[in-house]
Amino acid sequence: MNMIVCVKQVIDPEAPPASFKIDPSGNKVVPPAGVSPVVDPYAEYAVEAALKVKDASGGKVTALSLGSNQLRDIVKKPLAMGADELILLEDEAFDGSDSWSTAYALAMAIKKIGEYDIIFCGREASDWNAGQVGSGIAEILGLPSVTLAEKIDISDGKARVQRKTDEGYEVVEVSLPCLITASNEIGEPRYPTIKGIMGAKKKEPVVWKPADIGVEAAQIGASGRHTKLHKLFQPVREGKCEIIEGEGPEEAAANLAVKLREVKAL
Amino acid sequence: MAENKGVLVLCETKEDKLASISTELLGGGRKLAGDLGQELAAVLVGSGVGNLAQEAIAYGADKVYVVDDPLLKDYQTDTYVPVLEKVAGQAMPQVLIMGQTSIGRDLAPRLAFRLNTAASLGCLELAIDPSSKKLLQTKPVYGGNAQAVFITGSFPQIATVRPKAMAPLAPDQSRKGEVVTVDAGLDASAIRAKVLEQVPEEVEGIKLEDAEVVVGGGRGIGSPEGFQQLEELARLLKGAVGATRPPCDNDWVPAGAQIGLTGKIVTPELYIAVALSGSSQHMSGCSSAKTIVAINKDAEANIFREARFGVVGDWKKIVPAFTEKLKELLAK
Ligand SMILES: Cc1cc2nc3c(=O)[nH]c(=O)nc-3n(C[C@H](O)[C@H](O)[C@H](O)COP(=O)(O)OP(=O)(O)OC[C@H]3O[C@@H](n4cnc5c(N)ncnc54)[C@H](O)[C@@H]3O)c2cc1C
Ligand SMILES: Nc1ncnc2c1ncn2[C@@H]1O[C@H](COP(=O)(O)O)[C@@H](O)[C@H]1O
Repeated sequence: MNMIVCVKQVIDPEAPPASFKIDPSGNKVVPPAGVSPVVDPYAEYAVEAALKVKDASGGKVTALSLGSNQLRDIVKKPLAMGADELILLEDEAFDGSDSWSTAYALAMAIKKIGEYDIIFCGREASDWNAGQVGSGIAEILGLPSVTLAEKIDISDGKARVQRKTDEGYEVVEVSLPCLITASNEIGEPRYPTIKGIMGAKKKEPVVWKPADIGVEAAQIGASGRHTKLHKLFQPVREGKCEIIEGEGPEEAAANLAVKLREVKAL
Repeated sequence: MAENKGVLVLCETKEDKLASISTELLGGGRKLAGDLGQELAAVLVGSGVGNLAQEAIAYGADKVYVVDDPLLKDYQTDTYVPVLEKVAGQAMPQVLIMGQTSIGRDLAPRLAFRLNTAASLGCLELAIDPSSKKLLQTKPVYGGNAQAVFITGSFPQIATVRPKAMAPLAPDQSRKGEVVTVDAGLDASAIRAKVLEQVPEEVEGIKLEDAEVVVGGGRGIGSPEGFQQLEELARLLKGAVGATRPPCDNDWVPAGAQIGLTGKIVTPELYIAVALSGSSQHMSGCSSAKTIVAINKDAEANIFREARFGVVGDWKKIVPAFTEKLKELLAK
């Protein structure tokens, strides 16, 4: 089983919301000082999904990440978790991508890799919450796709995917090669082992430039966008919480109940 | 080439009726169509759905495209994408909207790439820019820490809209509209990803999405037994229990209890947030609650920036005392 997992370096979404800042130009987010970037959490679930398939059926997992200034310690995490190879699409020309230009470049890189049975993505990245790159890659490559995967079983050259729905779940049987996007129900991403971390340190990623995957400057990064960011803003919070006190927690709790009745919230 | 015109709404159905998201989208779509000075069309896709066309008209559609085929009974990517591609080719809308549901999340991006245009998923607000007449697509980004307004350069401008972000119109059964039947033209052999079964989750009592009172528990609850105490409080208030992601991931509660960006959207009168930090991704699913109350032992927790009332302390002491006092007050 040859698997490709698309991962991305992002600003840590678990950083306290109070540290979140937008650039005065109004169209960029300022990375919070002193907070290290991380691998996009849903992409990490995608790595976990691929490693689970590898555990069960064997195979090779290649991680693929597009961006500029990718910190080696961060983007090597899939290797430390158990992936076999890391390919970085790294160039400033990829900056300012939207879902279109990202999916296009990733699809072209996947074509170059050539051999694959399953491509994994996260259901949505924690930065722009676009939720589109997986489906976009599948459409560009003409592959079947199953989104929001909770569980994957491989048998007889097919994948059986439990897919999360609003009502519960459904079971989808898909022919290979295919693309699958992972939801958190896949299960907590495994921690890198010491051995994994040591192995990842020694392994150098393969770096591809736009020319290596045969894409024109006009199709990638900001030039390849299909959408324009018109405005970026932080919603205003009223932020006037009334803290209910009392002699000890029980009394505070009782006072809260009285207060909610008073203001007719109940 | 024909000119793109009008607004097209994908209507989902539920138990042989229009799903609530669909009537909401028709309400919102009507306004967009009005601002463009163009028509509002709906598309009904499924098996045995033709009889709902009049309902879509009553809720505001001028025209309804009906694609009725046994192969369309369940949503499948490989059947719905070509069908929507076909309808979009025939209707040539400027704007195509659907719900941010398990269908819309899958269909919208794939269709956008097929049609060589773009989509914005999970919009809170859609508006027509008065000068350019383009669709302004406002959606939460960075987990809800910020909102972005996107503009799509090509047609159709596709967007999915979150539940309860738009309001339905009062249905008018006397409204007249045109019904257009479109042949699905599907071939079963083209289905590469096939739905074998659908398993709905059992819910006891009031559904989370419909509850007037929601008690939300977070990682700090610590166990399934802890959630039973929240259940008791919710029952007393005729409400429902929801959760942040960690309790779902830990199987303290079913996955369907998750509230937030990647879970359910709730809009209750009262949201009681217990032992959850108030991450933007979680608040994305409950910040429209009329009153938010926070119980958290950490006075610095972000939830106190979101809540109207709060108590700082251990929920294990606060929730039982709060429940007892409410019992007493409600008995009066
Ligand atoms: C793309 C993306 C999508 C996501 N979607 C969602 C989503 O839909 N929904 C969601 O919920 N999360 C979502 N998350 C996860 C989210 O970022 C947070 O990790 C999660 O919401 C944290 O849950 P929590 O508040 O319960 O846990 P924590 O942040 O760990 O907070 C626990 C809180 O409990 C308090 N506490 C502990 N013990 C006690 C006690 N005894 N008494 C009182 N208080 C106590 C602590 O002070 C703390 O504030 C998403 C993340 C990403 C990246
Ligand atoms: N720049 C990128 N490089 C590699 N994978 C990406 C990139 N952007 C998005 N992805 C993948 O697509 C998923 C969904 O991203 P998005 O559609 O941007 O929300 C992520 O979880 C990743 O798996």
